[in-house]
Amino acid sequence: MTAPAFEAVALTRSYQLEGVSVDALRGVDLTVGPGEFAAIIGPSGSGKSTLMHLLGCLDRPTSGVLKVGGVDVATLTDTQLAELRNQTIGFVFQSFHLLARTSALDNVALPLVYRGVPRAERRTRARAALEAVGLAHRLTHRPAQMSGGEQQRVAIARALVGDPQVVLADEPTGNLDSRNGVEVMNLLTRLNADSGVAVILVTHEPEVAGRARRQIHVRDGLIELDTGSS
Amino acid sequence: MRTAEALRMALEALRVNRLRSALTMFGVIIGVSAVVILVAIGTGAKNAVEQEIAGLGSNIILVVPGQLNFQAAPTQSRLDLTDVAYVRRVVGDESRVTVSVQSGETIRVGRDEAFVTVVGTDQFLPNIFDRPLRRGRYLSETDVDTRRRVVILGSEVAAKLFGDVDPVGRQATISGVRFRVIGVYEKVGATFGVARDQEVHVPVTTAQRLIGVARINGIAIGASGPDEIEPLQQRVVAALIQRYPGEKFSAVTQTQLLGTIGTVLGMLTGVLAAIAGISLLVGGVGVSNIMLVSVRERTKEIGLRMALGARQRDILGQFLIEAVLLTTIGGLIGILLGVGGALLIAAVSPVPAAITWWSIALAFGVSVGVGVFFGVAPARRAGKLDPVVALRAE
Ligand SMILES: Nc1ncnc2c1ncn2[C@@H]1O[C@H](COP(=O)(O)OP(=O)(O)OP(=O)(O)O)[C@@H](O)[C@H]1O
Ligand SMILES: [Mg+2]
Repeated sequence: MTAPAFEAVALTRSYQLEGVSVDALRGVDLTVGPGEFAAIIGPSGSGKSTLMHLLGCLDRPTSGVLKVGGVDVATLTDTQLAELRNQTIGFVFQSFHLLARTSALDNVALPLVYRGVPRAERRTRARAALEAVGLAHRLTHRPAQMSGGEQQRVAIARALVGDPQVVLADEPTGNLDSRNGVEVMNLLTRLNADSGVAVILVTHEPEVAGRARRQIHVRDGLIELDTGSS
Repeated sequence: MRTAEALRMALEALRVNRLRSALTMFGVIIGVSAVVILVAIGTGAKNAVEQEIAGLGSNIILVVPGQLNFQAAPTQSRLDLTDVAYVRRVVGDESRVTVSVQSGETIRVGRDEAFVTVVGTDQFLPNIFDRPLRRGRYLSETDVDTRRRVVILGSEVAAKLFGDVDPVGRQATISGVRFRVIGVYEKVGATFGVARDQEVHVPVTTAQRLIGVARINGIAIGASGPDEIEPLQQRVVAALIQRYPGEKFSAVTQTQLLGTIGTVLGMLTGVLAAIAGISLLVGGVGVSNIMLVSVRERTKEIGLRMALGARQRDILGQFLIEAVLLTTIGGLIGILLGVGGALLIAAVSPVPAAITWWSIALAFGVSVGVGVFFGVAPARRAGKLDPVVALRAE
């Protein structure tokens, strides 16, 4: 039996702001299995992004236990967290976060740089990833030469190039028009179905959330409703 | 991450901001080329002076009245020819002692005239100093004893007054007195700014009458070997002090002069290099400044790289390599400019410039070091960024 992709118990995260403590997460219990497709929805400021950052090992919980692929992140150093991100997690951001002066191919290959993959192999794998998102004809384009939808697909290719266990997408359709948004969602759905990579996405839009098999509703730093909890 | 990859990335980053990189390098370029040029000039000057001193002859002791002091005016001499005879007895070999009395005078041949240093000396001068003759002969004992009006011309004086004509046997007038030319010296160059090719040598007795003095300026002694220099020097000074109690006499040797001048010029070179080093330091501060700006500008990029799996040391390395690359490229350009500048100065100006390997190696090492030193703080700042905060940056 494979370990759950994520296993969170009583997860909290508070921020100290000018002496005042802001509790962004107030005790989240959550288990996400391998290959799941889940949407996190909730009002602005409810803690969705905070939860994504914790799951993505970009941040550490204030209290509680978080296991990623069965490993308690509290036991890992910053360097090990970076390696864990590199190996098991792919990020997709609302504003794409592509390197502006870099070609689509090199943008996609970037995670492999930090894995020490040789240049030739990086290029091969990046090309395959771009083909998988339907951008075989955009290899040498720079972000500014592509539409928003194309840029987000490049970002998805970058998230997938390292064969992660999970793709974490924070409002991946937030900066796209509805047609491009649908296309990106189609892509994520297909990738989840075809390659078995777990997808967790944050969204405001119920239609987007509706395409996931599981909906996790967050409010005031707590999980209010989880359609997939057992 | 591999080093080659990091280098490629850093080069790319510098290329993207070409103008800024060039301007940042400028400080380092100026600093490094200044170090190379100034050290070359300092070293060249030192070499030149050392060559001049060595060119005088070997194992020479110069005895002058008073205390040798570079700041004070020379003491009025009280030595005369009887003192020379006395020193000759002390040395025990008269042929190893010679004498000098000097004065600036005008020498005239027909309508041509030149201002020269008239040096009164004797037949022993060629035993002690390296003063090869081109033509004619040296002074003789009879010249000195009978106060003959004969003169040996420095090479420049001869060229100026006689051109291509052989001066030996011809007449020249010094301060209204007619002299017969008996010889011409080879070109020997200058020592301490004393243009020895613009000297004329006459018998010391003749010179004293011409100038109207009974004194002499100094005594030169040739030691028989390096080991004799110091004892002889002490013996002569002690004997003179015994003869004139309460007065001071100095005897200096080439080695001492070399040592003193070498120290002075070495210090000068050091000071010049230090001044140039300061501009290198200022260049380093510029690099630090630009790297901090760069880190701030690229905060979002840093956050993204971290999210994709860059470790702190990857980010730190990336920015450190950028800084070191800036100063290293700047340093290499500076070395090229510095070497070129020094060669140009040596070629077109009278300032001697000698390029030394150590100054190039030092300049290169320092520019790499400046990159590391001034790059560390910005790079550490980049590496220590919180990925979540960095990703949110505008
Ligand atoms: N770095 C921080 N410092 C202080 N407070 C923070 C910080 N990050 C988030 N918060 C606070 O934590 C709470 C949750 O923020 P979070 O970004 O997780 O919300 P969100 O659900 O993603 O909202 P949105 O839908 O607007 O993106 C908010 O009240 C926010 O102000
Ligand atoms: Mg958010």
